[in-house]
Amino acid sequence: MKCAKTPLKGWKELPEGGTITEPGSSVLFDASAWRTSMPIIDHAKCTKCGMCWIFCPEAAIKVNPDGSYEVEYMYCKGCGICERACAVKAINMEEEKR
Amino acid sequence: MKKVGLSGNYAIAYAVKMADVDVIAAYPITPQTTIVEKLSEFVANGELDADYINVESEHSAMSACVGASMTGARVFTATSSQGLAFMHEVLFMAAALRTPMVMANVNRALSAPLNIWNDHADAMAERDAGWIQLWVSSAQEAYDTTLMAFKLSEETRLPVMVNLDGYVLSHTYEPVELIAEEAVRKYIPSRPLVNRLSPKTAFSVGVVGPPEYYFEMKYQAIDAIERSRMPISKITADFNRSFGRSYDDVYAYGMEDAEYALLTMGSMTGSARVVAEELRKEGLKAGVVSIRTFRPFPVERLIEKVDGLMGLGVMDRASTPGGPSNPLFSDIAACLCGLKDRPILQSFVSGLGGRDISPDNFRTMFKATKEAADAKAPKPCMYVGLRE
Repeated sequence: MKCAKTPLKGWKELPEGGTITEPGSSVLFDASAWRTSMPIIDHAKCTKCGMCWIFCPEAAIKVNPDGSYEVEYMYCKGCGICERACAVKAINMEEEKR
Repeated sequence: MKKVGLSGNYAIAYAVKMADVDVIAAYPITPQTTIVEKLSEFVANGELDADYINVESEHSAMSACVGASMTGARVFTATSSQGLAFMHEVLFMAAALRTPMVMANVNRALSAPLNIWNDHADAMAERDAGWIQLWVSSAQEAYDTTLMAFKLSEETRLPVMVNLDGYVLSHTYEPVELIAEEAVRKYIPSRPLVNRLSPKTAFSVGVVGPPEYYFEMKYQAIDAIERSRMPISKITADFNRSFGRSYDDVYAYGMEDAEYALLTMGSMTGSARVVAEELRKEGLKAGVVSIRTFRPFPVERLIEKVDGLMGLGVMDRASTPGGPSNPLFSDIAACLCGLKDRPILQSFVSGLGGRDISPDNFRTMFKATKEAADAKAPKPCMYVGLRE
């Protein structure tokens, strides 16, 4: 399973005691390997209501300037809550082939 | 230096006061209570300028100590048995987060049945937490070792546990030579520590270490305790020189020419030595080895000491139910297994739950060790003093 971006630091290079000295490291945390299925948004059906954006526990749904939504797959763990939340069934969880 | 009559617990409290700690967070538990009771008295009457944090449990005590240590404070806590067990998960964090602190652990049996008396099960259960573990065998040693522990902890940035036997040491009054407070301050001056939190330093601690990083982060703590062997030797040698003591990682009696020896830890070392002296008068070349630095384990020193020995009896005051042997025996066997000429090892468990280990018990163990060595056939672990 991968979570962190490469290049990975060795034990001698890491700050002592598992300290993170640079802010914003969670942005680099890649959760995509946790998924077994991924949400696919059908933009033809999407009414831009924003329910997926509200319910996503990982804040992995991004709002585009035109008001449409897209999934940031690096942060999506594939829980499927967005699929359940979507009133018009514009989101489908599809098996992820690796 | 002045000599005063102190219990092992009070000796530690005086060491902590002289070390001028900044934070004490503790929860009372027998037989440790009188350490922190005395310290709260020192804080209350103004003799010690420290924050004494009253917490609702040992889990919180250890958590408060970790937080306080992060700020660069000199930190102390004390506990026993169930209290140490309750700290369990935070102990691992204290080591891997590299938070220096000193904890006195007054060794006491773990329930059930409820028992407030001495054995070593509490510390053995925390053997793998990554703490430096020091073991003492007198009130004087408890005082001296606590002072050394602060220096050691801050130099290695690892937490240090000072183990002393419940009641036998904690509540027995002995003459203790106290070092002048100014000399102690000179020995361990207050100094800012690395990795400290302050409003000016922004960083995250206690973070997630995913599979790509956990191994490296954990290894840092493994490496730190491995590398602590050198500072331990140096700090002990400095202390011996400065204050006229003679501590070593491994205490040895009669090991220059001993043929049969017992390996002990803590206060039982004294009784073992007395019996060894008697046996020597009877013509048996008996010896005693005692481990002072249990973690990191003094592998090389131990190998030196047991060189030429025919039989070594290892006394565990704890057990590993269902295991191939008991905690101390396992370590000794692992240390010696690579040697060509190693002594025959005989395993003993004795003194659980505060059961006295009598001189007769020690004689039995010396005898069994000799028999095992002479026959070149050790028996399975013998439970000495157990009623059938």
